[in-house]
Amino acid sequence: MAMEFKDYYKIMGVERTATQDEIKRVYRKLARKYHPDVSHEADAEARFKEVGEAYEVLKDPEKRAAYDQLLRGEYQPGQEFKPPPGWDAGFEFSGGGFTNADSADFSDFFESLFGTRSPFGGRNRGAGSGFAQRGEDHHARISISLEDAYNGATRSIQLQIPTLDQNHRVTTRTHTLNVKIPAGVTEGQQVRLAGQGGPGVGSAAPGDLYLEILFEPHRLFHAEARDIYLTLPIAPWEAALGATVAVPTLGGQVDMKIAAGAQSGQKLRLKGRGLPGTPPGDQYVVLQIRVPKAETEAQRSLYRQLADGIPFDPRAHMGN
Amino acid sequence: MSRKQYTEITAIVLDAQDAFTISELCRSCDVAADDLIAMVEEGLLRPVGPTPPKWRFPAADLPRLRTARRLQHDLGVNLAGAALAVELLDELRSLRARMRVLENLLE
Repeated sequence: MAMEFKDYYKIMGVERTATQDEIKRVYRKLARKYHPDVSHEADAEARFKEVGEAYEVLKDPEKRAAYDQLLRGEYQPGQEFKPPPGWDAGFEFSGGGFTNADSADFSDFFESLFGTRSPFGGRNRGAGSGFAQRGEDHHARISISLEDAYNGATRSIQLQIPTLDQNHRVTTRTHTLNVKIPAGVTEGQQVRLAGQGGPGVGSAAPGDLYLEILFEPHRLFHAEARDIYLTLPIAPWEAALGATVAVPTLGGQVDMKIAAGAQSGQKLRLKGRGLPGTPPGDQYVVLQIRVPKAETEAQRSLYRQLADGIPFDPRAHMGN
Repeated sequence: MSRKQYTEITAIVLDAQDAFTISELCRSCDVAADDLIAMVEEGLLRPVGPTPPKWRFPAADLPRLRTARRLQHDLGVNLAGAALAVELLDELRSLRARMRVLENLLE
């Protein structure tokens, strides 16, 4: 198996002489920084896993000692790596006390050194005769576009399901599910796929799969529950005189009337044009007045006419 | 070794009416009932109903529970800290949404 050698010290940004306390402190800090629930960094999840894997090794004196021994060999980060035969002689990975992370997500490099634990969870399910227990529920997230939320969509998701082969070794099976997501889901909402969780033990039913709906960022719109928000640029004369303008909505363009005297930041409502439901959401259009540049003499003269013809002090409320 | 399988399945959307009992939630999220009761006392979960056997948890509590558990496990915060973080994350999410509207406006 060809794989990359990983320098766990470098990943955590600590010296090789760091104490266990130091490593713990650094881990806590990095974990807070990259935790996928907390972080907004683009590669947070990958970094969090990487740091978690490094910590899994360095926090455990047994694993760390074995890994240090390996480091004293000539491996460089990124170099292709094969564990030397008998590299872990003299070490026994008891797994007790220090380890409680789920190693299923760790790299091949980690696996080649420390092996992988049963993917069926740490707890004994006791498969004795007549024993039946419903399968575990699985939980995942799925990102969909606002258009998909509006129209409904079929999205295909791939699940990696651990199974045992004839030699009782763990392999993963890819299970592709085509999931029909009904129109009108909202962000953060949970959907249930009955029977798509872990297998049941004995005669019991499988668990369910729960998906949390997330929305991909949209170029124009954003959603708050079922309501859709759009910022709509308008010209100063449209604002001053009133106008009927074409407004994009998730269901297509609609005409919207702007009353004379509109201002920037004013919020207009298109009833029922948000995400479908009972009742459907509304679309809110927030007006933004854009001021054209005066680029020719004729245009500058038009602005001067405005200045002369309309008494207007936008700073009147500030006093002086 | 991977074998492919295709299935089409319709997702059931869980909304305000879909509520979990305490035993359903314990089973689904692999949490002990005592831990769940502690989460309710901390204000992290918001069931309707007078007593634990009659509690009905809204589906929206599912991600709150799971986020809190991840924070407890991964960051070593206690339950009160996790509950606080979940509240703040909620607030952060809605502030970010408002900020996007304002940023669009100021462009």
